[in-house]
This record gives sequence, C-alpha cells and structure tokens, in this order.
Amino acid sequence: MTAIDLSTDKQPQSVEKQRRPLTIQEWLITGIVWAVAVLFLIPVVWMVLSSLKPDYQIFAMPPIIFPQPPRWANYREALTYVPFGRYTVNTAIISLFTIIGHIVSCTVVAYGFARLRAPGRDTLFVVVLATMMLPYPVTMVPLYVLFNEIGWVNTFLPLVVPAFFGNAFYIFLLRQFFLNIPRNIEDAARIDGASVVEIIRYIIFPLSLPAMATVGILTFQFAWNDFLAPLIYLHDQQLYTVSLGLSFFRSSFQVSWAYLMAASLVTMLPVLIVFFVAQNYFIEGISLSRVQ
Amino acid sequence: MHKKVRRETWAFYLCISPWLIGFLLFVVGPMIASFYISFTRWNLIEEARWVGMANFERLFLRDAKFWQSLRVTLLFTLLYVPTELVGGLGLALLMNQKIRGIKIVRTIYYLPSVLAGVAYVVVWMWMLNPEGGLVNGALAVFGIQGPRWLTDPDTALYAIWLMSIWGLGRTAIIYLAGLQGVPPALYEAASLDGARAGRLFWNITVPLITPTIFFNLILSIISTFQTFTSAYVSTNGGPLDSTLFYVLYIYQQAFGSFRMGYSSAMAWILFVIILVLTLIVVRSSSRWVYYEGEAT
Repeated sequence: MTAIDLSTDKQPQSVEKQRRPLTIQEWLITGIVWAVAVLFLIPVVWMVLSSLKPDYQIFAMPPIIFPQPPRWANYREALTYVPFGRYTVNTAIISLFTIIGHIVSCTVVAYGFARLRAPGRDTLFVVVLATMMLPYPVTMVPLYVLFNEIGWVNTFLPLVVPAFFGNAFYIFLLRQFFLNIPRNIEDAARIDGASVVEIIRYIIFPLSLPAMATVGILTFQFAWNDFLAPLIYLHDQQLYTVSLGLSFFRSSFQVSWAYLMAASLVTMLPVLIVFFVAQNYFIEGISLSRVQ
Repeated sequence: MHKKVRRETWAFYLCISPWLIGFLLFVVGPMIASFYISFTRWNLIEEARWVGMANFERLFLRDAKFWQSLRVTLLFTLLYVPTELVGGLGLALLMNQKIRGIKIVRTIYYLPSVLAGVAYVVVWMWMLNPEGGLVNGALAVFGIQGPRWLTDPDTALYAIWLMSIWGLGRTAIIYLAGLQGVPPALYEAASLDGARAGRLFWNITVPLITPTIFFNLILSIISTFQTFTSAYVSTNGGPLDSTLFYVLYIYQQAFGSFRMGYSSAMAWILFVIILVLTLIVVRSSSRWVYYEGEAT
C-alpha cells in the first residue's frame, strides 16, 4: 500500500520560497485553475441569489443577477409550505442510526479481516469486495418483498437495520487502516488475557478515531442524500426524508423556483457544514478507495 | 497450539458474523429470490405464478420501452464514461498544481460531489430552465438562442449529461491520489533529459496512473449504468422516453405497476450486462494497466 499524502508539502514549493515573479506559464495555469473553480461555484451562487428573488425577478431576461431587494420571506414560506422541519428530523434520525450501525459493525468485521487468521479468510474478503460491484436493482425487489412481509415498509427500519450488518466499502477502508496499526500494541494486552472485544474497544477504536470519523462522515453524506431507498420504503408523508420532501415539493404544481432554491439550499446545508468542517476526512476517505 | 488456532478461527468468524449474516440475508438470499421471481408473474397481492421464460420473451420481443431504456442507458454510458475519465483526469491535473490556495481550489472542485442527490438535480433544473435559467441567459448574452434542454426530447439526455459533469470532482480526487503516487524523482530525471511537459505527461504520468484509470473506468461503468435520481427528479423518463434510464424503467415496473417478475427479469439482464462489461475491462487490463509493484 502506498501512503497517500494530500498536502503539497512533499515537494519543494519553489513559488513560496524563492518569491521570484511568476512566469507566463504559471500565470496561465493559475488563471485556468481559478477560472474552473469559479465555474464550479456558479451553480451554488446562482442558487443562493435565486432563492432570494421576488417572483417577478425570477424569469427576467436577461437574468437579474442580484435580487433587489433580497426577499428573505422566501425561506420562511418555502419551509412552511411543506414540513421541512419534520423531514429534517426524520433524515437526522436515519443518518444517526446508520452511522452508529456502520461504525460498530464495520469496525468489528474489519478487525477480524485485519488481525485474525482463519481458513477461508482471504476468499471471504474477496467476496466482500465483490459485493461492491453488485447493482442495487438486482436485490431491490426481493428486499422490498422481504421488508414488506415483516411489516417494515413505511418505517425507518429497512433504511437503518442493514447498516448494522456492515458495508463493504467501509470494511475495506477500516481494514486498510487497522493493518497499519503496529501489532505489538495489542500483543501485550492479549498476553494479559484481554478479549477481542476489549482489544477493539480499548486499543483499536481509540487509535482509529480518524478512520471512524471518515466512515461516519461519508455515511452521513450518503444517508442524507439517499433517494432511491427512502422513495421505495417511505410512503407516509410524515416519514419523508429531506430528499423525498424536496422531490415531492418540486413535483407539486406551480412551485416558484425561488422557493425551490430556498428549500434546496436548506436541505444541502447540513452536508455543506459537515463538509467544510471536516473536508479532509471526505477527501482522504475517497482517495483511500483507490488503494487496492 | 492446535487449540489456539481453533480459537482464533472461531473468533474470526464471530467478528465477521455481522457481515456474513447480512451478506446471506440481504445479498445471497435476495439474489436467489430475484432469480426465481424473474420467471414468475407476481403483483405482490396474488400468488406468484410460474411463467417460465415469458418475461424475457416479452422484454426482448415485444417491449419497445425496454429497448428504448437500454438505448438511452448505453448512449449515456458512451457519453458520460469517457467524460468522467478524461474530465476527471483534467480536473485532477489542475488540483495537482503547486500554486497558492490550491487547497481551497480542491475544496471547490469537490464541493458538488457531496451534494449529490435531489437538491443537486433541482438546482440544475433551474440552471437549465429555458425561461430565466442561467445557462440560456448566458447564451443569450452572446446572441445564442439556447435549447430547451430537459423539455426537448432531442436535448434532454445531453442536459442530464451536462448536470452530471458538475460532480466530476469525486473522480478527480481519486485521480489526484494516483497522481501524487508518481515519484517526483521520475519527473526530475526526465526533465534533466530535456523532456517537455507533454511528453512527461504521456510517457510518465499516464502509464503510472493506469491502475487508477482502470479503477475509475470500472467504477464509472457500474455507476453510470445505474443512473436513477437525476432522471427520476428532472424528467421522470420524458419527454417521449428520451431519458428513460434502465433503472428508472425497472423502478416504474416494480413500484409503479407492481410487476415484480418483470422487473426482476430486467434487473438480471442489467446484472449480466454490467458483469460482462466489467469482465471485458478486467481481461483487457493486462494489456494496458501498468502495475508498479511495491517499490514505488
């Protein structure tokens, strides 16, 4: 496994150190890099500006860039039109339990794959990786039938319970992390008679907090944005997640785009905040997926 | 000693039991069930009735929408997978520049990827709206009459392609990790030999990141074939089935018309297509993927 270092510090930063004027080529590259960055930001900025426009400015051609004056009431009105508060609570509950489920189950499973020797282990690990390739639609119908039979449709259970049975990607990610923890730390504990559960609880877990954060944050992102599973299992409007609520809101007749942008921004906000606070975990988690 | 080995085996299987049980319960079981269901006619209310190959026959011979959904999905895959591979690499090269503020740039490029979901699509529906949308507004400044994007059967699929590009940062981050795994010494040595930037890229960077390209290619094929949310939210397959993605059609059959057998048959066809494509890529990889070994 090659270590991944996302900081640029590895290589000498000639620009920083020597303070020589930039060459034309460097100006050009800097220009392109930032121009693309601006392009990437435009939809977000456009969303924010549109969310503050009064109705008659929305369809102005050529577009009015800055709402005059900004209409903050759009937010209040959009969010009371459909109960987004309720949806936010629902999504938060689902996300929270999914995070707990993934962290607990994936830690234990990954520890097994990383540390314990047993016949069939390597084959099983290949099976874990192979399940990542399985298209969701193949199991979609039978899973619905199963959860329908046991009366779980229209509850959060089909969205939450599977998380307690591990997730291939996070098992893989945590196993990589555990393999890099020196073995001798646990050996002492094992000689003292500590059980596997104790070793995981008191040694592995505290040493793996960054990896746990990565799993938690990525899980949060996927659970928050998930659409297909809630769409299949949640029919009662009281149980909707923010994604479902927004989709429902969009398809309801004659909704102003300003309201839609306000609601979109609010549903994005939790993920945005977590992303800005913990962006390194996102980026490292995704990068780790490359290491095979 | 023997007893200790047996105890470790036992501990191992105990540790992985959550995954193992979940695998049997949520993957193996449903797969077997789905395979069986695909040979039945079943609407969840009446008993499932065995119909043999009838579902497959009808799909291949009498269902024009099935072929349309396959055509849409293949066309989109042909469009988007190369975009993701080339565009993602381009973006990663920009992210890998040693300039001031590059961390902020990386954050900005990656930002849309964390938003993937309904809100992402809704924002783009507004961006591409023929009236008042920013894209056509910007085109109008240059005197160009923009297309009707999602509401025109000729452009709707391209509109979905366009909105997907905003999420390239995710692919780019995986590339970036690959790019940073290329030892700087190689570039330095080649530069001393007088190699130009273009040659450095084609002769050093590209061969060394072929494992990342391979990984992204497989990931891209699998995920593109399963496109759902963007089509469901923005067009629901329309106009005139021009964005009827395969998984969207499965969803409509399963949860709109409650044809569980029919949709399961479709799901298995999808599975076989993805499996075959993945295997072709894997088999071809020995010819173009360069494995560096542990040394670097």
